[in-house]
Amino acid sequence: MGGRFVRLGETERRDLSFTIDGHPARVLVGDTLLVALLTQVGHLRQSEFGDGARAGFCLMGACQDCWVWSETGERLRACTTPVESGMAILTSAPEDRWPSLG
Amino acid sequence: MAEPRVIPQVIVVGAGPAGVRAAEALVQAGLRPVVIDEGRRDGGQIYRRQPEGFKRPYAALYGSEAARAKALHDSFEALRGRIDYRAETLAWSLWENELHVASGDRVEALRFDALIVASGATDRLMPTQGWHRAGVYSLGAAQIALKAQATAIGRRVVFLGTGPLLYLVAAQYHKAGATVAAVLDSSPLSLRLKALPKLLARPEVLVKGLGLVARLRLAGIPLRTGVTPVEIAGVRVDGVAGVTDRDRGGDLHTIDCDAVGMGYHLRPETQLADLARCEFRFDAETRQWLPAIDEDGRSSIEGVYLAGDGARLLGADGAEAAGHLAALALLSDAGHGGLEAEMARLRLTLLQMDRFRRGLAAAFPWPAEAARALPDEAVVCRCETITAGTLRQGVAELGACELNRSKALTRVGMGRCQGRYCGHAAAEVVAAAAGLPLEAVGRLRGQAPVKPLIIAADSADTEAAA
Repeated sequence: MGGRFVRLGETERRDLSFTIDGHPARVLVGDTLLVALLTQVGHLRQSEFGDGARAGFCLMGACQDCWVWSETGERLRACTTPVESGMAILTSAPEDRWPSLG
Repeated sequence: MAEPRVIPQVIVVGAGPAGVRAAEALVQAGLRPVVIDEGRRDGGQIYRRQPEGFKRPYAALYGSEAARAKALHDSFEALRGRIDYRAETLAWSLWENELHVASGDRVEALRFDALIVASGATDRLMPTQGWHRAGVYSLGAAQIALKAQATAIGRRVVFLGTGPLLYLVAAQYHKAGATVAAVLDSSPLSLRLKALPKLLARPEVLVKGLGLVARLRLAGIPLRTGVTPVEIAGVRVDGVAGVTDRDRGGDLHTIDCDAVGMGYHLRPETQLADLARCEFRFDAETRQWLPAIDEDGRSSIEGVYLAGDGARLLGADGAEAAGHLAALALLSDAGHGGLEAEMARLRLTLLQMDRFRRGLAAAFPWPAEAARALPDEAVVCRCETITAGTLRQGVAELGACELNRSKALTRVGMGRCQGRYCGHAAAEVVAAAAGLPLEAVGRLRGQAPVKPLIIAADSADTEAAA
């Protein structure tokens, strides 16, 4: 699927580019990483317990469902991290670092 | 009248309505409190500010509460130079008279003589089969997506649950141009009528609430009460595809959607009160454990005060009054005089708000019976996909009839969210399976760190010494 979130306003902001699983994407300055990702794709990560894709839940830093990996191995909480130009985000965990079920 | 003692070191945790009003009262008394805020900017969740560069005016962001939001933000601006404000800082532990905070990868221990915890609340969740799917969000999340980022959580959104936030968020989505597929309320309308005398404690709020419902109806949005949520259907990759519920007549309805916003009122964030060893009491009306406080916000631990939705769910206006009163109680306990008239006025305000709170609790009850009805395969803990069946098996085969025991054996509440979103439902499932009253299965104990820390977190002291 394409993006999950739908923009309803505030689209006059400057844009910036980053990559999602290696694919370039253009989003807006001021987007959280969660919103930047979910306006482009349908999920943020795969559940490590084998039950499918996850796309965050609380958006207020309480549930920790939205942690994503960067290509450089950092883990970022997408709902509280502003997207920055040049970020390279992965929506599945690098298997050599973080084994998953299923 | 006693003379004020040495100026105490006071820490306020939280910069929402309660925290800001508490800090303001302390500053007016000549103190310079430390204010710890997890947010990037003040306002808390309810009056959360949009990021720099966003241009929507207050009226568009906060609707009927625009003036209150602006007043709170302005008050905070006026305090900025007179408090030690720590934004993007997590209070992650508390031990004796030290509060442990973390900001990015730096940690620090802050000593305090008195502490006001205004930690706010999160959505209270009752699972529905399939609620772990991508595209299911808490009601609070749906609202944050809109207010802080001008986005909707999907193209067709079903709002499911109960409580005032259900209607507020649905109305805000509709107004902002999103498609609301349906609003499904688990509470029957009859309870609202029964709760009317208590709800009349705040007629202006009641009128606003009725207005929201009327607007949704006028817009032709399907709005049903007394429903039993049955399943959030979908597939592993794309997530949510629809919501199925059963109406009071027993008929099933399925509504197609690609997103669900769900929640059953709120639950207070009580981890710091727990770590401070504050006493908790079971609240039979809302079926949850709450920290015990006196009418002014004093906890059972000397020097620890609790205010706002983190202690009692009185909403934003109530939180402002509770934060103010807790700070005055602290000052009064520290020997400041002349506060009694103001304290008496605030107590009266809170009494009225508490009556309204009880009305809301009666009108929009926590659907305890839904936990009992969850099929065995339904996920209760989203973090680690622990099912209702596993909890029941824990009771039947391992004797895990106490919630922390169940946590140790099944891992429920041990995952990423530390039980914030599954804890209340898990308690209901365990109690029902064990045939015990809810209060007999206990509550998940708060553990430090109250949220995950970055492993590389380094002590500021260590760094300075290096």
